[in-house]
Amino acid sequence: MKIHEYQAKQILSKFGVTTPRGDVAYTPEEARGVAEKLGGTVVVKAQIHAGGRGKAGGVKIAKDAKDAERLANEMLGKTLITPQTGPEGRVVRRVLIEEGLDIARELYLGMVIDRATARPVMMASSEGGVEIEIVAAEHPEKILKEFIDPAVGFQAFQARKLAFGLGLDASLVNEATRFLSMLYRAFEATDASLAEINPLVVTRDGRILALDAKMNFDDNALYRHKDIRELRDLDEEDPLEVKASNYNLNYIRLEGSVGCMVNGAGLAMATMDLIQHAGGSPANFLDVGGGANEEQVRRGFEIILSDPHVRGVLVNIFGGIMRCDIVANGVVAAARSLAVKVPVVVRLEGTNVELGQQILRESGLDFTVANGMKDAAEKIVTLAGRN
Amino acid sequence: MAILVDENTRLLVQGITGREGAFHTQQAVAYGTKVVAGVTPGKGGTSVEGIPVFNTVREAREKTGANASVIFVPPAFAADAILEAADAGMPLVVAITEGIPTIDMIRVAAFLRGRTTRLIGPNCPGIISPGKCKIGIMPGRIHKPGHVGVVSRSGTLTYEAVGQLTALGIGQSTCIGIGGDPIIGTNFVDALRLFNDDPETHGVVMIGEIGGTAEEEAAAYIKANMKKPVVGFIAGRTAPPGRRMGHAGAIISGGKGTAKDKIASLLAAGVAVAESPALIGETMKKVMN
Repeated sequence: MKIHEYQAKQILSKFGVTTPRGDVAYTPEEARGVAEKLGGTVVVKAQIHAGGRGKAGGVKIAKDAKDAERLANEMLGKTLITPQTGPEGRVVRRVLIEEGLDIARELYLGMVIDRATARPVMMASSEGGVEIEIVAAEHPEKILKEFIDPAVGFQAFQARKLAFGLGLDASLVNEATRFLSMLYRAFEATDASLAEINPLVVTRDGRILALDAKMNFDDNALYRHKDIRELRDLDEEDPLEVKASNYNLNYIRLEGSVGCMVNGAGLAMATMDLIQHAGGSPANFLDVGGGANEEQVRRGFEIILSDPHVRGVLVNIFGGIMRCDIVANGVVAAARSLAVKVPVVVRLEGTNVELGQQILRESGLDFTVANGMKDAAEKIVTLAGRN
Repeated sequence: MAILVDENTRLLVQGITGREGAFHTQQAVAYGTKVVAGVTPGKGGTSVEGIPVFNTVREAREKTGANASVIFVPPAFAADAILEAADAGMPLVVAITEGIPTIDMIRVAAFLRGRTTRLIGPNCPGIISPGKCKIGIMPGRIHKPGHVGVVSRSGTLTYEAVGQLTALGIGQSTCIGIGGDPIIGTNFVDALRLFNDDPETHGVVMIGEIGGTAEEEAAAYIKANMKKPVVGFIAGRTAPPGRRMGHAGAIISGGKGTAKDKIASLLAAGVAVAESPALIGETMKKVMN
């Protein structure tokens, strides 16, 4: 799960990670109020779940509170297009107003889970403000890494290695050690999957602060973090994906025209690939779960057909232990109750597959029954059209 | 022979009294797996389908000689169940549970270091040596005893591949679902090494997907060590970056973990990569001839 910058800063600050003074505003008036309280020069930052805001005009400096109000007025309600939002962009609904800082150095600090070593890793780099992927590609030697043993947690010596490695002045190392240790505590305690401070800044008066902050959380652990669940911003998600998640369906909307409904994530991805291989383009990823029941199938259809680009649907169910006649009855009932108007190709595999196919053929509905994945892909692309 | 599980496997089911645990215990017994014990804390002394239930894994292992455990415990308690099995010295633990928090699995991985327990999964369909032993949720009837090993991060896509192999008359030595999570107990390299050393396995099907670098590591192992032909498939060529495709581990992040990179690594290692998921079986047939 993703959250906004100001929310990440609130969480980090609770754990003792130093962040600039500031607050969120939903209206230009609120922005002015926050700026007045802060006094002096402030920064107005658009809050959307995507990076690259600065270059897209989503981060601006205001010389006073009145200026902050004007800038907030410009940003709020505007669609911001950054390399990470896609061409449709994101509507700005909140802005963060923060104190301006006199910056001496910009650094990078990040934490993720390293899959290969099965450990959290803290990464630091002197190349702050640049995307870490670019640094990793061009100057991998400039990324310092400390892998964390979960039995003892992040240790002070590791923080010192990073701090000295970044070339921080000796007088700042104690504060940096404290800062990095608090970041680890926040990461671990909140079940984060990513915590990124880019840039981490050193001010001319010798303070260390998180100028930007990004946190993502492990969806599997949200059950034990009610406070974080409440930070979910549905405005930042595709409405169809939100609807699907309410039904416990794993749905991701894509650009193509062939809808697909599959049981199991790997087979669902493979089915998308198969459609493309046959000359079509997938309209979505949809995993209805290992044991697709009638209700899940009906809701799956409902979601897929809500996408106006869909010109045909491929249902690919490898039943495994499930009985195909039960799946077929589910598909028939779902298609009937929704009055499906686009061609539907159904490929079933599992116990009682012949009975399942018979139910589909005798339903009086316009199903095309496929034998095997290859046949299914060719049939749906023929019916729904190429690309 | 087969790898990891065979007719000598004595299975313990953790979470045997739950709906999934009870159903798949029945399926395993019907397949011929020797299910010797179950564990559900607080239900010791009862039985499920004539299988004795114990309160702790240690007691179950001591009294029944169980040498493998399968976990059907809800995600919030599954990491603890894995730790309990490892603490009892269980040689093989198969965790089916989907949705275990990553930080819990990091602690499990640390606990397992230096111990002899092999963990398969979590978030996996399990492991089967056709005709000998089935541990997990895969349908037994699609499998056929034979000489091709299958290792995969997926569930139903593995069934698809196995179904294709069986339809072409190609049997399997052992099929392992290693799981779709970012932190798993047994990775591709571990499984490939076991298949490489198993005289009864003559070739391997490896099914990967986007996210992480496990396929690239497997490619390096194959290039340096593999004595048997490997057929590969990578799911997710059409997956958009930055989105989690169902599996917790299936995500392209920061431009890393794309299907394109993985396919290139496998091809460079001499793996016969199937262009389409419908061609996994046929590709193996060609390679075996």
